[in-house]
Amino acid sequence: MTWIVPYLWLVPALPMLAAGISALLGRRSRATAAALAIGSMAISFLLSLGALIHVLTSHGGDRIFTFNFRWFQFGNEWLKLGWVLDPLTAVMLVMVTFVGLLIFLYSIGYMAHDDNFTRFFCFLALFAGAMLGVVIANSLLLLFMCWEIVGLTSYLLIGFWYHKPEAAAAAKKAFIVTRIGDLGFLLGMVWLYAQSGTLLFFDSGVGCLESSSLTHLVAHTTILGLTVSSAIGILIFCGAAGKSGQVPLHVWLPDAMEGPTPVSALIHAATMVAAGVFLIARIYPLMAAGAPLMSAYAGSLSPTIALQVVTWVGAITALFGALIAVAQFDIKRILAYSTISQLGYMMMGLGVGGVAVGMFHLITHAFFKSLLFLGAGSVIHGCAGEQDIRRMGGLHKHMRITFYTYTAGMLALCGFPLFFSGFWSKDDILRSALTWSVSRAPFYMGAFGALLTAFYMTRQVFYVFGGNNRLVATSHDDPALAAHFEDPHHHAAHHLHESPAVMTVPLVILAAFAILLGFIGTPAWPWFQSFLDGTHTTFAFSAFSGLNVLPVMASSSLLVFCGLGLGWALYGHRPIQSTQAPDALGAIQPSIFSFLSHAFYVDDLYRATLIRLNTWLSKLCDWFDRWVWNGAVQTISYFVVGIAHLDNFFDAAVVNSGFDEGCQGVSRGGQILSLLQGGQVQSYMRIIGCALIVLVLYLLWGAKI
Amino acid sequence: MSSLQSYLILSSLLFSIGLAGALTRRNAILVLIGIELMLNAANLNFIAFWRYGPNPEALTGIMFTIFSISIAAAEAAVGLSIILAAYRHSRTTNLDQMNSLKG
Amino acid sequence: MTASFMILAVLTVAGTAATMGLRNAVHCVLALTLGFTGVAMLYLQLGAQFVGFTQILVYIGAVAILAVFAIMMTHNDQPMDLPDSHSAWVAGCIVAVTVFAVLARAIVSSATTPQSQPQPAASVQQIGDALMHRFVLPLEIMGVLLTAALIGAVVIAMDRREEMK
Repeated sequence: MTWIVPYLWLVPALPMLAAGISALLGRRSRATAAALAIGSMAISFLLSLGALIHVLTSHGGDRIFTFNFRWFQFGNEWLKLGWVLDPLTAVMLVMVTFVGLLIFLYSIGYMAHDDNFTRFFCFLALFAGAMLGVVIANSLLLLFMCWEIVGLTSYLLIGFWYHKPEAAAAAKKAFIVTRIGDLGFLLGMVWLYAQSGTLLFFDSGVGCLESSSLTHLVAHTTILGLTVSSAIGILIFCGAAGKSGQVPLHVWLPDAMEGPTPVSALIHAATMVAAGVFLIARIYPLMAAGAPLMSAYAGSLSPTIALQVVTWVGAITALFGALIAVAQFDIKRILAYSTISQLGYMMMGLGVGGVAVGMFHLITHAFFKSLLFLGAGSVIHGCAGEQDIRRMGGLHKHMRITFYTYTAGMLALCGFPLFFSGFWSKDDILRSALTWSVSRAPFYMGAFGALLTAFYMTRQVFYVFGGNNRLVATSHDDPALAAHFEDPHHHAAHHLHESPAVMTVPLVILAAFAILLGFIGTPAWPWFQSFLDGTHTTFAFSAFSGLNVLPVMASSSLLVFCGLGLGWALYGHRPIQSTQAPDALGAIQPSIFSFLSHAFYVDDLYRATLIRLNTWLSKLCDWFDRWVWNGAVQTISYFVVGIAHLDNFFDAAVVNSGFDEGCQGVSRGGQILSLLQGGQVQSYMRIIGCALIVLVLYLLWGAKI
Repeated sequence: MSSLQSYLILSSLLFSIGLAGALTRRNAILVLIGIELMLNAANLNFIAFWRYGPNPEALTGIMFTIFSISIAAAEAAVGLSIILAAYRHSRTTNLDQMNSLKG
Repeated sequence: MTASFMILAVLTVAGTAATMGLRNAVHCVLALTLGFTGVAMLYLQLGAQFVGFTQILVYIGAVAILAVFAIMMTHNDQPMDLPDSHSAWVAGCIVAVTVFAVLARAIVSSATTPQSQPQPAASVQQIGDALMHRFVLPLEIMGVLLTAALIGAVVIAMDRREEMK
């Protein structure tokens, strides 16, 4: 399978080519666009499997395969790009292509009634190509370029229904907020290039993630005693924080739910937001450089400042997201805040436990979160565009497959013990956090977050699926409700039905993975972790008696059961009867509930400060432009116009008149001369006679003179 | 004064009379006749020089005169027909009235 | 300066002066005929017999008759005003007199040739030979010219009104 390495570029190139061709197709070529996108994704999936097999079968020795090439030369240096195939790349490729393929298939059903089907698949394919480019990039520059394309496609897809002002505003917000993070990314990238002379990650020993460069970076220190490697790491983490919705750059993620649900599933749950986590995992050697090497489970050695920053930010985000999700009423917003919370977990995992811990949770989260989003899409489709959970209910009777798969995903997210993947991956994170040498606060925050996760997911499931349907009762005569609908073509009196097979089959497949994927990372057989770390493991139940394994399993199970129990007590015990009924938690603690439902007023804080500052600055620039630059240009233009007038006057009065006078003089002279012509033949002959006289005289006497 | 000179003076006198007539008469036909007289004077000049010139065997003078006479005849014919056409157009042969080329 | 020359000269000058001076156009043409005759006599005296008879044939027999025809057809047989009323007849006369003066002065002041010259022979046969050999090209061109003049004169003077009727 070594042949796959030079052809790895096909994996992102094929979807991008599909996007390029789809861009040229018209609106009626729906089947072609879908076929191109799905076909290219399928081929990329097969190639990714091939790449995974290649990495799997190359035991021992170096498992990092690169293919670098020169791009352009400036001065004496060459800028090089390339792609890399290592275990991290391989698992990420398989996950992205597989989940992407399932979501593409789902989209055929979900977007079937939309006019802009072709445009949707074009953007989806472009996103897939760019995301795969981020994954395989061996150069930080190439990664950044694909990163930006990913951001662009996110903007295009969030604002897919651009005629809705909320969607357009959300797209703009997403792009701008992630751009703020990307500023840090760019600064870090430039600094890294300046310090290490190369942007390639792995380049036969001289790459920026390889030991020679790292020792050089660690040796220097900058402000506050940070090593250069940590400082660069923190800057690059700014970009990851923007893309992965860490506090304080999380504000775009909930608004991004304005996009179609497959977009939310693919981009804002499974892949794009995971790109930030992936980036940190990719540059992990840089972030961890300077501290003694950490083994898979031990956290007893002091980590670098960069990793501490990552951990704290992740922990805060995990708690933050979970708290807000408790008080939301939009089905997709609950999942969005849940995603923010889980991304915080992933970052925390990277910080305390290393690449394997964080990536395991990323992979499991990709499956169950996309399952939850697709399930939510199925629910929305079945409820004819309704997204408010207060107006749903009773769907467990009408949408059975959706209900069962959604429950599977929900339990995976909560981390229900033993059989669901989320349990094993979250446990890994909590176990590493427990033994973190700096502080135990992240562990407690993560634990509380797990409790809240179970609680709010139970709340959501009972609201959506439990009891009887509240929508049918109240939607007939309320025009305000009709305005809420995502899909304006369907009306309220739509019969509740299960979604078509093209939508439910991906749900079932994802549910299967949500359950089974956990088993490749259990402590008994940590195949996933060992695959990424490069160590060798065997299947052994004795691992359960390792350090902290059973205590953490027990305590996390307890937390999950507590959360489930609380949720049932508040929302499941007495089914919610009407859409106007107040939330059970909100009835108990109204002020806290309202505070949480407004997302800690972060958006309002930003609007009051940063947005106003920005508006003031833009007004200042406008004034400056209008009066100073415009004034200068106008002055010059008046000057030029004045010269033009002068020139015109000169031309008309002097030159023209001169010419006119001259011509008139000639004409008048001609008129005068013509008076000589009398028309009388005899006068002409007289003149001839005179001329004859003169001639003869000249001949006679002129010669003698 | 040699006989050549006397003939020459005679021919120049004839020429001048013809010129005077061409310049002063108002009738177009008479102007043409004046021109014929001028031609005659020139012919006389030629013959005089032939008779008293250096090389009479060449017959040049006679030849020239013969041709001159023929041409004068042709020219008189054409000129008179033009005058006839102009007369038909403007009903007059008065040269003073044929001044449409007046500037 | 023989007597015959003087008589012929006076005759010729009188005839041409009358041509240019008489009021009646027909009288002018008759005087012209007299002038032409005088010139023909002078040709004969100079020994150019062929030319002399050609002069009589062509000029008197054709040109003068043609002039008479023209005068008749343009209804000029009534006496017209003298050139007195012609505005610039004085200037014309002055020009003519000046021309004569200059030419006469030129003639008189030029070198003379010896008086006694033998009478050159110019028989008709010689003239004919010259026409056919040395001057054949001008002869042919003359033929063409005369043909063209003939046709042209007919065309120009043709009465178009008869055509249109």
